[in-house]
Amino acid sequence: MELRGIAHKFADDINTDYIISGKYKFKTLDMNELAKHVMEDIDPEFYQKVKPGDFIVAGKNFGCGSSREQAPRALLAAGIRGILAQSFARIFFRNAINCGLLVLECDTKDIQDNDELTVNLLTGTIRDITQGTVIKARPLPQVMIDILSEGGLVNYFKKYGTFRGV
Amino acid sequence: MGKTMAEKIFEKKVGKETRAGDLVIAPIDLVMGQDGTTPLAIQSFEEMNAQKVFDPEKIFFVIDHNAPSPMESVSRLHDRMRAFAQKFGIRVFEVGEGVCHELMVARGLVLPGDLVVGADSHTCTYGALGAFSTGVGSTELAVAMASGKLWFKVPETLRINLWGKLPEGVFSKDVILYIASQLGADGATYRAIEFHGPVIESLEVEERLTISNMAVEVGAKAGLMIPDEKVFIWLKRRTKRSFEPVLPDVDASYVETIDIDCSSLTPQVALPHRVDTVKSITELQEIPVRQAFIGTCTNGRAKDLEVAARILAGQRVHQDVRLIVAPASREVFLQALTMGWVEEIVKAGGIFVTPGCGPCVGTHQGVPGDGWNVISTANRNFKGRMGNAEAFIYLASPATVAASAIEGKIADPRKYLR
Repeated sequence: MELRGIAHKFADDINTDYIISGKYKFKTLDMNELAKHVMEDIDPEFYQKVKPGDFIVAGKNFGCGSSREQAPRALLAAGIRGILAQSFARIFFRNAINCGLLVLECDTKDIQDNDELTVNLLTGTIRDITQGTVIKARPLPQVMIDILSEGGLVNYFKKYGTFRGV
Repeated sequence: MGKTMAEKIFEKKVGKETRAGDLVIAPIDLVMGQDGTTPLAIQSFEEMNAQKVFDPEKIFFVIDHNAPSPMESVSRLHDRMRAFAQKFGIRVFEVGEGVCHELMVARGLVLPGDLVVGADSHTCTYGALGAFSTGVGSTELAVAMASGKLWFKVPETLRINLWGKLPEGVFSKDVILYIASQLGADGATYRAIEFHGPVIESLEVEERLTISNMAVEVGAKAGLMIPDEKVFIWLKRRTKRSFEPVLPDVDASYVETIDIDCSSLTPQVALPHRVDTVKSITELQEIPVRQAFIGTCTNGRAKDLEVAARILAGQRVHQDVRLIVAPASREVFLQALTMGWVEEIVKAGGIFVTPGCGPCVGTHQGVPGDGWNVISTANRNFKGRMGNAEAFIYLASPATVAASAIEGKIADPRKYLR
């Protein structure tokens, strides 16, 4: 399972209010509507720039703050397929996996904005095509890989009804 | 080697030896959802074709984040929660009853040794009662409602010893802001924290909740405290459910231990837009404020309103400042009425809004204007948090917020308390 897309680079400590502000998330469950406002307070052009299949590349503690699952879901709806960061806040990390958004912890400092990347979920190998470099991500627990492979926790739970192999 | 509270609670729940780092499937004692996260959980629940909830007595919904509803789309989401709750026999705390985390502890729903998940990041608040409680997202809320179980990685534990005695005018909020400044916003990510020491023992349960509430602001999965006599007395009036406290072993293995002497601590202020950018009030230049907010799951409890009323009594809120107060619950509001705190605050120029979360989370009831400085008792000061990315949010104790409302600038509360 290999993904290919463009990197959109962000700094450390990108919180869930930046990803999707509380003032929008309480109004609707329509993720396509929320997607128009992702990252709006720190990068107003983000929604215009992002193409389906793109990645967010960030520093440490990505997704800190609220438990709102609207954050990863709105990013998915905006076209983002994966997030590479040095570390993630833990609730966001689980939420992302649970809704089928790939999140990988790796050394992101040499990846530049607009670099073209490929990411292999199973091997955790990231290729920066633009820079000609290869980065290895920290392996995910098997339960998370299984949830991602099913496309998220809803499908996983429908299929298995419980957590396997934990 | 002994075990931490987190290891022992998970061990008790799963019924087999567990250590930090183990992955476990654990049965959940209580599940909580609020109106910002539950509608999406209901959608996930229906998408997974779940037919029933594991135990309606162990699930609670709270309508607090956008309540009373400011618009028709929100009203529909609230109705969806009510319909789902009615179908499955789930208790709903309605508009105005209070903030979810206040209700879960003040109504005696959470007990020491419990394993609790809530679809709200500040679910870690209940750690102050000796429960392992942590925030989850909507889909995990759905799975927890359907199956009564979730998978967990048993966390490593960071131990924080709080030594000394808090000076007059310095509160538990100042302690946790100071801790945030020392650890950083990701200082305890993936870990549990155990708070120990004479300062914790000296604090009332209400005050301890403030510290556990903000454990997530340093990334922690839970913020635990040893339940003691004060907790047992607190619970005696509130619950008939029996419980068995879980205490850490004396030789428990901590990933790190931090010692902090609180005896010389001063009032602390978190500066925009980071919870961990914290300064002593004595170091701040003059900072004018346009809005002051007292409330939230961090600091909207009776003791918070009491100290605010004490400072505001006979004073006048500065003409440039809007002072908004949201009691954490109807009971807190009633107590504030009975005790005369509401009168003191309103006479001084403050206004009261519905018990709930509105201003803190930026949905309604206090969205600041462009360029405004806001001083708030909340737990987050992210840009845009209160609904306007052009505002600047400072965080402080209720005493500091009350003093600042009077002076129209961030002010040291200690001179009002002597």
